[in-house]
Amino acid sequence: MKSAVVLLPGLNRDRDMIAALTKISGVEPQTVWQTDTEVPDVDLIVIPGGFSYGDYLRCGAIAARMPVMQAIREKANKGVMVMGVCNGFQILLEAGLLPGALMRNASLKFVCRQVKLEITNANTPFTRGYSHGQIISSPVAHHDGNYFADAETLARVEGEGQVVFRYAEGTNPNGSINNIAGIINKQGNVLGLMPHPENLIEAAHGGTDGRALFAGILGVAA
Amino acid sequence: MKARVTVTLKNGVLDPQGKAIVGALGSLGFDGIGSVRQGKVFDVELDGSDKAGAETKLKAMCEQLLANTVIEDYSVELL
Repeated sequence: MKSAVVLLPGLNRDRDMIAALTKISGVEPQTVWQTDTEVPDVDLIVIPGGFSYGDYLRCGAIAARMPVMQAIREKANKGVMVMGVCNGFQILLEAGLLPGALMRNASLKFVCRQVKLEITNANTPFTRGYSHGQIISSPVAHHDGNYFADAETLARVEGEGQVVFRYAEGTNPNGSINNIAGIINKQGNVLGLMPHPENLIEAAHGGTDGRALFAGILGVAA
Repeated sequence: MKARVTVTLKNGVLDPQGKAIVGALGSLGFDGIGSVRQGKVFDVELDGSDKAGAETKLKAMCEQLLANTVIEDYSVELL
């Protein structure tokens, strides 16, 4: 499977993401720069985490308006898989590729720790390496992960099974509504999540719970 | 031409920063504060003198960038 990682000024998890994709798939992803108007012919496009444009205006707001996002939108409309992690999730929301918004953490503090995630929809091309209801560990590191959607949008997202990851009871680090940690679009090919599964893929990381996400996506054994 | 764009959180959207400000004001001895909602102000300078055109342009800027209309409302004022 071929993948591409999007690079924007201020992102800082791009190397971790490239390492995870390379280690698990055996193929190094291509990289795409923010001003590119075309994305190469790949099966998966990943927007990694960080602080694009210094989080100026709102997290992900400036990045979401860069030329590469229009190219990603076109690919997503054609069914190409797109995944945004942390700042990448914020960018996908700002670009309107996913519903809702991410607000400042309820505690107002930057959180950097390990949380427990519940897989609430294992029937997606991203989560097929997990089982429904499985609890996994994952690191989080963010200041604005407090997911919010108006009542109507939230009911639709919940009703359509678009909530893919939820913070397990008692580990919600940011006050997000319904403990939402990650959602997928209605078509099932665009995923956004706050946690960093790419930072828990080998024993040296202290665990491998993130591996099944990439293995599931890449269609290789975990 | 100068304009001021004000962006505020929609009703019903929680504002933890506003709450923290209420707490800090309380600790300074300001009592009787029901609530504080934090927002943003953009002072924009535009070329030309077409007021109607400027207003249309500013609203488009708000829709496309200055506000996230999922969680924020905006207002435009020509100064």
